Amino acid sequence: MSEYVIEMLNITKEFPGIKANDDITLQLRQGEIHALLGENGAGKSTLMSVLFGLYQPDKGIIKKDGKEVKINNPNDANALHIGMVHQHFKLVEVFSVLDNIILGVEPGKLGFLQKQEARKSVIELSERYGLKVDPDARIEDISVGMQQRVEILKMLYRDNDILIFDEPTAVLTPQEIDELMDIMRGFKNEGKSILFITHKLNEIMAVADRCTVLRKGKCIATVDIKSTNKQELSRMMVGRDISFTVDKKESSPGDVVLNVEGLTVASKVHKNNAVKNVSFNVRKGEIVCLAGIEGNGQTEFVMALTGLEKPVKGRIALNGHDITHAPIRKRSQLGMSHIPEDRHKYGLVLDFTLEENFVLQRYWDKQFQNGGFINKKAVRDYSEKLIEQYDVRSGQGPLTIARSMSGGNQQKAIVAREIDKDPDLLVAVQPTRGLDVGAIEYIHRQIVAHRDEGKAVLLVSLELDEVMNVSDRILVMYEGEIVGEFDPQKTNVQELGLFMAGAARKTPSATDESEANNA
Amino acid sequence: MKSFLNRVFRSKGFSSFIASLVSIVVGLLVGLIVLLFFDSAHAMNGFRHIVTAGLSDPGKLAKVFYQAAPLIMTGLSVGFAFKTGLFNIGATGQYTIGAFCGLFCALQFHSPWYVALLAAMLGGAIWGAIPGLCKAFFNVNEVITSIMFNWIGLFLVNLIFSNMPELLAVGNRTIAIGSESMIPKLGLDKLFGSPYMNASIIIAVVFAVVSWIILTKTTFGYELRACGFNRNASVYAGINAKRSIILSMVIAGAFAGIGGGIYYLNGTAQYTLEKSLLSMGFNGIPVALLASSHPLGTIFGALFVSYIQVGGEAMQPEFVKEIIDIIIAIIIYLAAFSLLTKEIIAKIVKGKRRNAVELSAPAEPSAAPAQTTNDNGGVEK
Repeated sequence: MSEYVIEMLNITKEFPGIKANDDITLQLRQGEIHALLGENGAGKSTLMSVLFGLYQPDKGIIKKDGKEVKINNPNDANALHIGMVHQHFKLVEVFSVLDNIILGVEPGKLGFLQKQEARKSVIELSERYGLKVDPDARIEDISVGMQQRVEILKMLYRDNDILIFDEPTAVLTPQEIDELMDIMRGFKNEGKSILFITHKLNEIMAVADRCTVLRKGKCIATVDIKSTNKQELSRMMVGRDISFTVDKKESSPGDVVLNVEGLTVASKVHKNNAVKNVSFNVRKGEIVCLAGIEGNGQTEFVMALTGLEKPVKGRIALNGHDITHAPIRKRSQLGMSHIPEDRHKYGLVLDFTLEENFVLQRYWDKQFQNGGFINKKAVRDYSEKLIEQYDVRSGQGPLTIARSMSGGNQQKAIVAREIDKDPDLLVAVQPTRGLDVGAIEYIHRQIVAHRDEGKAVLLVSLELDEVMNVSDRILVMYEGEIVGEFDPQKTNVQELGLFMAGAARKTPSATDESEANNA
Repeated sequence: MKSFLNRVFRSKGFSSFIASLVSIVVGLLVGLIVLLFFDSAHAMNGFRHIVTAGLSDPGKLAKVFYQAAPLIMTGLSVGFAFKTGLFNIGATGQYTIGAFCGLFCALQFHSPWYVALLAAMLGGAIWGAIPGLCKAFFNVNEVITSIMFNWIGLFLVNLIFSNMPELLAVGNRTIAIGSESMIPKLGLDKLFGSPYMNASIIIAVVFAVVSWIILTKTTFGYELRACGFNRNASVYAGINAKRSIILSMVIAGAFAGIGGGIYYLNGTAQYTLEKSLLSMGFNGIPVALLASSHPLGTIFGALFVSYIQVGGEAMQPEFVKEIIDIIIAIIIYLAAFSLLTKEIIAKIVKGKRRNAVELSAPAEPSAAPAQTTNDNGGVEK
């Protein structure tokens, strides 16, 4: 028996115009958690697709337990007990958990389903690894974290012992991430081997045994986690030093830019209000962060603030102008910029070119049009300026179709567009979601620079690191209410976590207040 | 030079063009097979007519242009709506209303041609606006509304004409329009030696260019396209999506209305009270599909459809009208598969690439460390 369960030796995979994997060797030991680290577009996904049989390598071989194998498709991978949790889940929404797990390997007699056996083994597996999944729940009714566990159960049910996790934490809340780490440790203790693809260094430090770093398709090194640190890993990944703490001066808040008073917003999913009587200010020269676990009203609050939805009650003022019911264009003209949470749904017209997207908020501006005709040259010059200034990388420059760009560069394009409007108030929602450390560092620096110019920033984030690093003031939102205000210098992640989970609160709840008012 | 050709071959426009061309050829071949099935003795001759009749003499060519003009307009109507994310299946209703408004002005008031054409445009625009309003304010699918308004339009026109017997001649046709209401001939009729030829094809081409300019050059077109591609993002950008939807349908309706106007203001066609929707409006759909909704491509799509129709007429009397209609329908139907063809072409190209990879795959084991690199080089030779 070989020391390694899986060996990918000298894998090279070329696509037209790009060497996605260039002579990469990856060796996975029995019972280890092996992290695969790299920036967006470093070749991690290609390498895993080769292992999972989705691509054939141009050069190189794969060995399982020391014997060379050919993996032509995912079924071959399955037969070798290789399983994968994809970044975007592959579940049938209207099926139950159990139905999804047995899909493809349905136990049956004479064409009739025999689900009892399967049910028993799913419950048994779920208990053994502490997954707590209800086999009868429907996929569309359970949280994203639970859906991920269904994907994990799918692998276990198929007796896979080599488990690939493709950026599993990108969609999870901090609590869910901790639980996933525990689950992964449990697998390791059972002797399963795990390949863990990520670009989050904290997670690697917390859970991995070894780590292979890729950069631009090349294998940089494989290191023991015990003998390395975040600094070294990030240098290997990006090729330069990365600072994890954002360098910034003390903030010096000036006049109030945004004033929100008693804002209440209805929920689309349930009958209660998603945002309840929220009031706060954002001043010039400060970054206020709205922190909280996903689904506690932040999305609805931003919708109402930016004009995408109408509030039920309350008042929003920007630079003293009442904009509670103002149209979106008006808010934009009064100096509000918005980096939206969902860049594909709101931030970009994916079938437009990059330059068309750059002027999405400003095509009507005198600068870009002449008597109703778009000034192509002005748009082109402006795009080239933004591309250079914000380092937006794409295949064909201003003429690249936005859809064909990488997620990181799409996000950079939006950030460039919104910050370059030089807004008095920048509303940035999850501006670094799914980005690698290099891009995150860059975007954080842009946001801080914007603050230093004396502008106001409202940052909405689920990432506690980001909340602690970037903001000057933290507001924690729980079930649609602001339950506490913190100075990042004087608080810590544990305290914030308690407030985010609703275990503590500093301000009286909205209902108490209204009762007091009634009395 | 090579890089220029490369760019042309790889450009989106070129692949759309090739896809349309392949679809047309496939359509013609299937048409031939069906012809052989119906009447093998006359099949080749009939097929020759379809393919060549349109160019056989100036009179036939005049007819091609004459029918292409309204087709360009209905094609533009459908294509314009497509570009902004709407499916205007109501082009035929807007066309009918346009035809009525134009004819009514010409017959009742003997107004000059440009006034009649303006009336046709307004009529079509109003008929297009209704589904647009319903979509924007009540989120009613424009397909349902515009189908219903096709029938409402048709029977409304029939009803009005049948209550005005002074405008009708024998056979439930409208009477001839006066020369002052006819679209100017500009001497083209003499050049082609055919009464069918007039300025309508020029008018249609001008509108195609106008449509292209609106969509690609103006801020208004930018808004419409943004709204068509991604309504959420356009709302986020402060674009009034409701206004965009309504205006898009108004313009689409206006185009179809002009189509109805130029066809009946030629002086050669009379409106006949019928119980079926006019095919000119529906044929705008394959025209737009052939052109991938590109306004300038619509000109060629319309010329093709018109050409096939003129060719079909030349198949008489060997073939009965029904068979000819079937053949024409098959050819247009398959020609409209250009999107599918485009995908197939893309797959074939991709498949070739994959094959190339797979061919090199068997050579891989020799690249294994156990063997010398020389072996590998030998295999590659």
